Formats: sequence, C-alpha cells, structure tokens
Amino acid sequence: MTATPHKTSNASRTAGIPFLLKTAFINAAIALVLFSLMVGIRTEAGSDGQLTYWTRFGDLAALVGAVFGGSIVIELLRQWIGPTGAEKLVPPAVQSGISFIGRYLAPALLIFTLLVPVIFYNQRYILDLAILVLTYVMLGWGLNVVVGLAGLLDLGYVAFYAVGAYSYGLLATSFGWSFWVCLPLAGILAAFWGVLLGFPVLRLRGDYLAIVTLAFGEIIRLVIINWQELTGGPNGVSGIPRPSFFGIPLDNSDDGLAAKLGIEYSPTHRIVFLFYLILALALLTNWVTIRLRRLPIGRAWEALREDEVACRALGINTTTTKLTAFATGAMFGGFAGAFFATRQGFISPESFTFQESALVLAIVVLGGMGSQLGVALAALTMIGGFELFRSLENYRMLVFGMAMVLIMIWRPRGIIGHRAPTVYLTKAQAISSDLVKEGHG
Amino acid sequence: MSGEPILSVEQLTMRFGGIVAVQELSFAAERKKITALIGPNGAGKTTVFNCITGFYKPSGGAIRLTHDDGRQIALERLNDFRIAKQAKVARTFQNIRLFPGMTALENLMVAQHNALMLASGFTFLGLIGVPTYRDAEKRAIALATDWLKRINLLDRADDAAGNLAYGDQRRLEIARAMCTEPALLCLDEPAAGLNARESAALSELLLSIRNELGTSILLIEHDMSVVMEISDHIVVMDHGVKIAQGTPREVRDDPKVIAAYLGTDEDEAVAVMESGS
Repeated sequence: MTATPHKTSNASRTAGIPFLLKTAFINAAIALVLFSLMVGIRTEAGSDGQLTYWTRFGDLAALVGAVFGGSIVIELLRQWIGPTGAEKLVPPAVQSGISFIGRYLAPALLIFTLLVPVIFYNQRYILDLAILVLTYVMLGWGLNVVVGLAGLLDLGYVAFYAVGAYSYGLLATSFGWSFWVCLPLAGILAAFWGVLLGFPVLRLRGDYLAIVTLAFGEIIRLVIINWQELTGGPNGVSGIPRPSFFGIPLDNSDDGLAAKLGIEYSPTHRIVFLFYLILALALLTNWVTIRLRRLPIGRAWEALREDEVACRALGINTTTTKLTAFATGAMFGGFAGAFFATRQGFISPESFTFQESALVLAIVVLGGMGSQLGVALAALTMIGGFELFRSLENYRMLVFGMAMVLIMIWRPRGIIGHRAPTVYLTKAQAISSDLVKEGHG
Repeated sequence: MSGEPILSVEQLTMRFGGIVAVQELSFAAERKKITALIGPNGAGKTTVFNCITGFYKPSGGAIRLTHDDGRQIALERLNDFRIAKQAKVARTFQNIRLFPGMTALENLMVAQHNALMLASGFTFLGLIGVPTYRDAEKRAIALATDWLKRINLLDRADDAAGNLAYGDQRRLEIARAMCTEPALLCLDEPAAGLNARESAALSELLLSIRNELGTSILLIEHDMSVVMEISDHIVVMDHGVKIAQGTPREVRDDPKVIAAYLGTDEDEAVAVMESGS
C-alpha cells in the first residue's frame, strides 16, 4: 500500500518531462518574440540625427536561454513543492515538524516581539523598522476584517488611515487635546467614514466594489489636498504633539519621564515607548478580531463571504452585517492613522496614496485571507524583506517581485491558506482553502 | 390556537416583463401539515417559493402568514431577510446553499444568528464575555448538536460542510433552516439527486419534523414517491396556474395532472389512463 503513492508520483514526474520541455520551449519562444525587438535590436539617434541601429544577438540568446532554464527550474519546483504533490512528497517527519513549528510560531513571535526593544536597544534603525512593520501588521489585521472575513474587496483602505491621522493631527494642533483622548475619536471618525463608504457600495460586488472603494480612497486624498484652510493642503499638518506617557512627556525637560524616574534622558526612550504603543494597538486589533470571529457577528461576516443569499434566507441582515465589517476595519485603520501622526509629528497627503492601500491589501492576500498569523508574517516579509533587499539597490524590486511570484506559485491562497473553525464539538480541524470562498465583494 | 391555515396565498401574480410566470394563484398550506407544490418543469413553482420567501416581490396578490398565536403577517410587504427573521419562514434551495468553508456545526450556529445577536447585546456584551451570552451560546450549541443527531451527522460536526456527501449536505441544509426555529419550512426540491435510500431517510426526517415539532412544511418536489408518501395536501401547477389540488390520491388520479405531466391534452391522457387500467 505504501509503495503505491510513490509509484504514481514517480510516474507523473517522468511523464512530466516532455511536458516540462514543452512549457520551457513555449516560454522561451514568447521570450524570443518579446526580447527580439526590446533587446536584440538597439536603435539610437546618430550624430546627424539619422537613425542608427545595431544588433545584440548575444544578449538576446542569453535572455532566452535564461527563460528556458528558469521555466524548467520553476516547473520542477512546482512539481516538487507545489500544492499538487505536496501531500505525497513531503515526508511525514517534515510535515509533523512544520505543524510543530506552526503551533508554537505565534507565541514565539510574540515573545520575540516583546523583547525587540531590549535586544536592539542601541540599534535605532531596527527599532524604527520594527515600528513600521508593526504599523503594517495592524493595518493588515484591520483590513483583514473587511477583506478576509467579510470578503468585501476594499482598495481604498488608506482613506481610513488618513482620516485617523488627520483627526489626531488636527484635533491635537487646534485644540491641544492629548493623544489618549484623540485616539478613540480618530477610531470613531474613521468608523463613521467606513459606514459612509459602506452605504453606497452595499449593492455592489466584486470588481465594481473594488473600483468604488478605490475611488473613495482617492476622493479622501484629493479633499485633503484641496481643503487648504482645514488640512493645510499639500503642505500637510506639522508640529503634531508627540505622545506622552499618560500625561508625562517623554522629553529632556525637568518634568519629563526620565527626570521623574531619575534616569539619564535618552531619545531612545520615546522610540521604545512608540514601539510598545503600536504593539499594544496591534494586539488589541488582533484580540478584538479573534473575539469577534467567535461572536455571531463574526460568523455572519464569514457566512456572508461564503454565501450572501443563504444569509438572507436565514434572516441575517446583510446590510448591517456589511456596514459593521466596514466600520470595524475602518476603526482599526483610524487607530493606526492616529499612531502614524503622533510618530511622524508631520502628516501630508503624500503618505496616503493608493500605493499604501495596495501594499496593505497585498499583505492580507499574501498572508492568507482571514488568517491573523499569516497577515503578521506577510507584513514582516513585505516590509522587512523590502528593507532587507536594500543593499541590492536597483535589483530590489526585481528580487521582491520574484519572491512574490514564487510565493503565489507555492501557496496560491496565501502563506496560511486554511481556515480555523470558530466553534467545535470534539476537535478543531483546519478547513482546507479549497473549500473556503473568497467572497464576491 | 388559530384555526386559520398557516399560509394562504391569494391571487398571486408574478410577471417578468411580458412573461407571466405565475397567474392569480391561490392556495393554502394547513398548519402542522405537509403541503406539496408540484408541476412540470417551468410551471412556476420556484417563482412562487421566491415570492413567499421574499426573494421576489410579487406583481400582485397577497401572501398571508398566520402564526399560532393568531398574529398575521403580510409576506408580500416584507422584504428579504425580514421574512426569515420576523415572519419565521425558513427555506432551503434547489441547488444547495450551505456555507462550504464552515463546519457543519458552524452552519447551524450561523442559522441562530438573530437569537445569539440579541444574547450578545449586539456584540458589545459578547465582546467582554458576559455570562448570559456564554449560556446562550451553550444553548445554541446544544440545539445544533440535537439537530446533528437527528440528521445522523454528529460525528461529522467539525468537518467542513463542503466536504460532506451530497445527501448529507441536503439534510444539513434542512437542519440549518430548522435551527432558525421557523413556523413554516419551505423546501425547494429536497430529494433532488438523492438515491432511494436517502429519499426514504429524508421522508422520515420530514415526517418527524411535522409530527414531533409541529412545524408546517411547504415543499416543491419532483420525486413522486416522496411526495405521495409524506404530503397531506398537494397543489399542482402548470404554466403558472393551479390545475388541481387535493390529497395525494385525488391528485394522482386527476386527468388534468397526468396530462400536464405527459405533455398531452386532457382527452389523450384519459385515453392513456383507461388503456392502462
């Protein structure tokens, strides 16, 4: 019995060789057509303005060869590690090892994160990067409620981030309100805008929903740019107060925290404080999301993603269910925005472009829609990895893009694609991503 | 107790543009009985169902639901989810609409959404974990467990609904509709695609729902063995109008019904019947 699966897998692999060569040839042919003009022939304006050209067939041959070899390698990798053969080819020891790692990965990551300021106390760069990663983890977890749980594709999430940031920035600079008063206000205002966005898009699905949310994100940014009296337009809002340790400022003054504690002042104190602040906010987001999933509203979100018609037949008010998903996601975006404003001390519309929405959405999709751990890992990979490749300079985007393609080949439903049930009788079994719907918007 | 039928449909008309799918249809479904709506393909049965369960807004006519306490609800005035929530009409679908990525137990929990939502204080009390919500959740799990036992799926409770066998999915969908604790259960072809053994189990389940729980059932069905075995009353439709009604025996011998099913006119059907008997 045990030999049978090996035999079949071997057979499929040997049968795959002509297929392998065929795909490689097709890919190489496409590359030849594409590159023959782009690389093979080089044109330039000559000294008298006439067109001169020369051929670079060597480079062309090298490129086509690289594509040929590359597609063989990718196809081999896909057959070995990919989803089709994964069950049979990964030995059981490795599988149990992976599940062991999976079980302890989240607590281990959490403990490591708590210790980051202790370990890297003197490395300002790493602390700043960690704060940035955590901000995106929080944004990812917030958007995960909308996209991952409720299945509503939101391309304008940055709008709520902006609403949160400007709420804090303007309230703090105009009225001098403290961060801790403004934080909940920023969340509430963002949630309010979430509901406002929700109403017009209730009837839209899929692509249409994505386009309207995309437009909403742009509208918020354009309003911020053009409403000069309130927002300062492209000049942004500056002089936003730094956060205080519950009323005690973190500065060099006599009533600063350092002086009160009788320790020597260091600018790192504030960074460490910011680090723990965003960690606390992110963990709050995570805790609330995990709890909401186990409450009727969270189950209704997931049911909505699975089948909206069935939800209506069961008496679930799909309107309020969608709106609460938008509002909850937006609220966390607002919190993150307020944090962003207090960390930077300066905000301008440039920070809230579509690029940010796309990045956060990429984090959610890459992480595995609906998976909290997956989103955290994806944020770490995307933001941290991007910094890691900094030394590669011009090739950074190339390496980054290739990494994304590889992840999408191996794990098309994200790093953690399966779904954990919210309630169980005897044993919680992970549900395969093949069964879980992605939602139709 | 009210002596009125649980559901009375009067002069129901549904037009799609120029096409009249249902024309001035009137019938009633008796309380605590099983009423079957049958007819050839395209007769307008599912349209009637969609009107009753709020997925379509009827072009004309009245659909009145009378609860046990005498409370009357005009279903044609309620829309989509309110029919299930306020009027307590639950339905299943011709092509099964479970939540495939959620477990069997979760499917039954989603069905109890409105009761649980209330118990969780619209999420706020549930978020801080008040004991009343925990009790309500335990009761909801108990009800779901009870239904899983009834449909023989207790050992598959933690499996994804999409992984269940076809017949099991059909039964789970009925259990899910029943978890909303409906006054009227509407089933759209519950026996479609079931084998003889599964059909028999389904008949048993529906009879137990009627006898033990006293839930009224309205069903569309093509499987005549199921219809004839369990129905108390049958309404036959063809081309959007009612052509016959009565007990299974009466309907079975009605030449109009046979004509509709054979696709011939009435005289020929009578001839066929006479030659057969």
